[in-house]
Amino acid sequence: MKQTPLYDLHIAEGAKMGAFAGYDMPLFYPSGLMKEHLHTRVSAGLFDISHMVHVEITGSQASALIEHLCPYVASEQGINASRYTFFLDDAAGIIDDLIITRLDDLRYLVVANAGCAEKDVAHIRAHAEAFDVSVNVIPRGFLALQGPQAEAVLADQGFAVSQMDFMTGIEPKPGWFLSRSGYTGEDGFEIAMPETECDAFARALLSDERVIAVGLGARDSLRLEAGLSLYGQDLSDTINPHEAGLIWAIPKELRKDGTFIGAKALADKISAGRSRMRVGLVPEGRMPVRAGALLLNEAGSEIGVVTSGGYGPSIESGVALGLIAVSAADMPIFAEVRGNKIPMQRAKLPFVPHQYKR
Amino acid sequence: MSTTYYTEEHEWLRVEGDVATVGITNHAQEQLGDLVFVDLPTTGTSVEQGDDVVVVESVKAASDVYAPASGEVVEINETLANEAALVNADAEGAGWLYKMKLSKPEELEQLLDLASYTAQIS
Repeated sequence: MKQTPLYDLHIAEGAKMGAFAGYDMPLFYPSGLMKEHLHTRVSAGLFDISHMVHVEITGSQASALIEHLCPYVASEQGINASRYTFFLDDAAGIIDDLIITRLDDLRYLVVANAGCAEKDVAHIRAHAEAFDVSVNVIPRGFLALQGPQAEAVLADQGFAVSQMDFMTGIEPKPGWFLSRSGYTGEDGFEIAMPETECDAFARALLSDERVIAVGLGARDSLRLEAGLSLYGQDLSDTINPHEAGLIWAIPKELRKDGTFIGAKALADKISAGRSRMRVGLVPEGRMPVRAGALLLNEAGSEIGVVTSGGYGPSIESGVALGLIAVSAADMPIFAEVRGNKIPMQRAKLPFVPHQYKR
Repeated sequence: MSTTYYTEEHEWLRVEGDVATVGITNHAQEQLGDLVFVDLPTTGTSVEQGDDVVVVESVKAASDVYAPASGEVVEINETLANEAALVNADAEGAGWLYKMKLSKPEELEQLLDLASYTAQIS
């Protein structure tokens, strides 16, 4: 199993470790998932996200390649602007969801999911051959500092971040990348640095009393409450952005007449209408409803599936994302858990309001 | 006078006469993390050794708890319905799961004592 540059720190902090996307990652620390989650919402949590993959695309046709791979207008993207987007396949299925930051005129940084690293890099390289670009995978340490105190903590570390808007990214020093972004619903930052500098920087952040280390467990409960989809659970190559509730990430003019990979299939699927849709669900009672639980209508027929589910420490109840038949979405919904039929209430996403700084 | 037994699956069983109180070990709760829900059997349920009779749910995952012995569930820990975290706070005491009337006391001979269990987890 692979280790991140922070492996020794996780062990020193007493983390309970577990496998994720081929990496030995911290699931939770002795303070416990519940505290880690709640602390992130009121102060600041530090996450090791070094398992994520960084790919730099550089060259005279960098924007052209990205416009071929992704459904947005990369050539009009502002310098330092970050963009949430996807790679789609020819059938408009989602290969991965990504954040792409334009670092300068001819240079873009793609940050992709750990579990998709190999196929993403292969996909980029395969299509890059026809373009004047170079594609470089950059190994580095990657941290997320999330929560209302994140800005103040980073400022005390000497980073001028107060003027940064959400979804912008800069290179504060050679080999570093710093963006105001994250996947918890809170204000926060993601900071990449050379692998050799990661451990010392993480320890410096943890020495600030406002910061505690947070594992993958709370990362999942935080993103779930924030209504954010996770690739491999809520998103896959059998789900298109329209069904996934992510069509907002595709500019209107590209939904009908795009030229990116999957554009034709996506336009067809939009005009045909979707048969299933993403919904937020809250189970009645205290029993959490997990990914894989079938969604049923009142008569007991299958109408969908829970794609992510668990407990939301901030809203103090179960939370779930489901993919459900559009025709059944406005009628009573139940989830099947160990033979019980649990009533599910539709809930507006996100479950917990986003606190992004714009 | 009670005797406490342990299983390789991290349950404990405190036997007084023919009634046993069952729970998960402190080591198990540490591994599971913060619990948010405990799905207990109903009183009167007959169980065989090894049946999955309880599900403990952490924020992240649901885990089965197996019956360490055969018998009939005679009482469940009602407090856990609203306070699953009691299992984290006191797994081998107030966070017990259920009590059972043993039907095959001879099964106890296969279980571990504290020394063997401690050796297993260390």
